[in-house]
Amino acid sequence: MYILKILFKNAFRHKLRTGLTILSITIAILAFGLLRTVISAWYAGAQASSAYRLVTRNAISIIFPLPLSYKEKIQQIEGVTTVSYGNWFGGVYIDEKNFFPNFAVEPRSYLEIYPENVFTTDEKTAFLRDRKGCAVGRKLAERYGWKLGDTIVLKGTTFPGNWEFVLRAIYRGKEKSTDETLFLFHFDYLNETMKKTAPGRADQTGIYFVGVKRPEMAAEVAAAIDKTFRNSLAETLTETEKAFQLGFVAMSDAIITAIRLVSFVVIIIILAVVANTMTMSARERTGEYAIFKTLGFGGGRIAGLIFGESMVITMTGCAVGILLTFPAAAAFGKSMGMFFPIFYIEPETIYLDIVLSLIVGLLAGIVPTWRTLKIRIADGLRMIE
Amino acid sequence: MENVRPIVEIKNLFKSYRRGSQVVPVLEDITFDIAEGEFLALMGPSGSGKSTLLNLIAGIDEPDSGIITVGDVDITTLTETQLAQWRAINVGFVFQFYNLIPVLTAFENVELPLLLSPLSRGERKEHVEMALQVVSLTDRMDHYPGQLSGGQQQRVAIARAIVTDPTILVADEPTGDLDRHSAKEIMDLMDRLNTESGKTIIMVTHDPRAAEKAHVMRHLDKGILENVHPQDPL
Ligand SMILES: Nc1ncnc2c1ncn2[C@@H]1O[C@H](COP(=O)(O)OP(=O)(O)OP(=O)(O)O)[C@@H](O)[C@H]1O
Ligand SMILES: [Mg+2]
Repeated sequence: MYILKILFKNAFRHKLRTGLTILSITIAILAFGLLRTVISAWYAGAQASSAYRLVTRNAISIIFPLPLSYKEKIQQIEGVTTVSYGNWFGGVYIDEKNFFPNFAVEPRSYLEIYPENVFTTDEKTAFLRDRKGCAVGRKLAERYGWKLGDTIVLKGTTFPGNWEFVLRAIYRGKEKSTDETLFLFHFDYLNETMKKTAPGRADQTGIYFVGVKRPEMAAEVAAAIDKTFRNSLAETLTETEKAFQLGFVAMSDAIITAIRLVSFVVIIIILAVVANTMTMSARERTGEYAIFKTLGFGGGRIAGLIFGESMVITMTGCAVGILLTFPAAAAFGKSMGMFFPIFYIEPETIYLDIVLSLIVGLLAGIVPTWRTLKIRIADGLRMIE
Repeated sequence: MENVRPIVEIKNLFKSYRRGSQVVPVLEDITFDIAEGEFLALMGPSGSGKSTLLNLIAGIDEPDSGIITVGDVDITTLTETQLAQWRAINVGFVFQFYNLIPVLTAFENVELPLLLSPLSRGERKEHVEMALQVVSLTDRMDHYPGQLSGGQQQRVAIARAIVTDPTILVADEPTGDLDRHSAKEIMDLMDRLNTESGKTIIMVTHDPRAAEKAHVMRHLDKGILENVHPQDPL
């Protein structure tokens, strides 16, 4: 019982030093949490991807289109359930800095293939019925204060002109990891316009979304699709949605690795800080620990005192750090919303915070404990004056 | 006093320290007994090895050779862990610099050695209050060492030393850091512990006034024990 009191009192005997140590741990935990959250936000698209979906694109590059006529052929391949298609529209809302992903999709099949985008029946019907209608994620609607019935104008980039849409539906994500910042509209609206203004670009799509019956069939189906179009004018490359998403992320793999590395380096630095603090305080208390030993307290109890103090300091910093991670991530996510549509702290990050803090607390106690136990009582007592 | 048997027996005790490659002998062939209920004053010039001898008897240091029997136990044969347990039960310590734990109150400091005993919380409280009563500090039990005078701190230290009712009480210059008045208080207290409670006390001191209270005085010089007590068999 007193042991606990001693731990806490000892930990806070040197208020400034302990305060600074706790502050460093707090900052480290905060940095670690945010960095990890950024990384997971980066991979969020891939994480949220379904094993039931394949993505087919032009084998040469994503910027080359595929003919719309492929839909029927893909549909006939064994194991395929639904085929949808769409184009990256790349429209700009008022200003370039208002970035959000916008796609022209074949709505009926798209919504079927992406059940994680949850609609109310009424809004879904309204969206499907209106050729100029659009559907957006809840977060996106909130960001710009859009309401159902609003007219939204996007400035085309790859498809020139001003495009007017009427907001017909706002979807919610089924999971936390579902992207709620998409802007979807009717492929037909785009295609019909192209037929009039740029017939060469009509009846073409960038991507096919292919649903498969069972995830195990994905590889087989992908191979079958690509085989079907081998030696045709536009050869295809089909991969799982996850691989497709990771393909985008992979471009920045080096950066991610660097961030990951930094997040662990932060932990190592903090280990050094805590170990230093613990070594200093254990050295100052050599005499006191000698008294404990004199009174008959064994090595285990002395070790408990030092490790306990180390734990009190680290876990206090850890707790404060975790508490601050939430508002910090919320603020960060808000300002970075357009780059990271999904920005939330994964439970694993919190577990990792705790586990790493426990490890730091333990490691930091090793050297001071070993030193303290090594000192002979008589010598330890000599240090008191 | 009839048939006083020795509570401490020391035979052919050698102790040296190593300073680099040099071996410095501190105690050379020390042999003597301490009777139960004895109040022994160890005197001698600085550096003569008094503290070293006291530490050996109290089991916080190990001799090079020789036998130290306290009660029925030859403590030189104990392992470090056994020695720690033995100390907790058999030895009460009083030091020159009080050596209280600054983050604990007087009460808690006195209770500290009892935490290693199987006593219940209530029993511990009883013992602590009794010990504090002996040193007349019941009214200061919630004070921290920093809030007590030197003499009071030393009394708390004495309470801590006697609270487990140990076999022997060892004191290394208990009055060395105190003014004359407080020193007298402490010596009176030690005297009472010896005469009234029959405690065996081994005390190192430079202070002749303090030594007066003791029954037996031994003089240590350059590691050799002089003034051997007449009762000692040789
Ligand atoms: N850990 C140690 N290492 C080396 N030498 C030591 C050690 N401890 C004590 N000594 C030496 O042993 C000798 C005896 O020391 P000790 O402390 O027992 O003397 P003392 O009689 O208690 O002296 P004082 O009256 O000053 O307290 C001294 O010369 C001291 O320098
Ligand atoms: Mg000494």
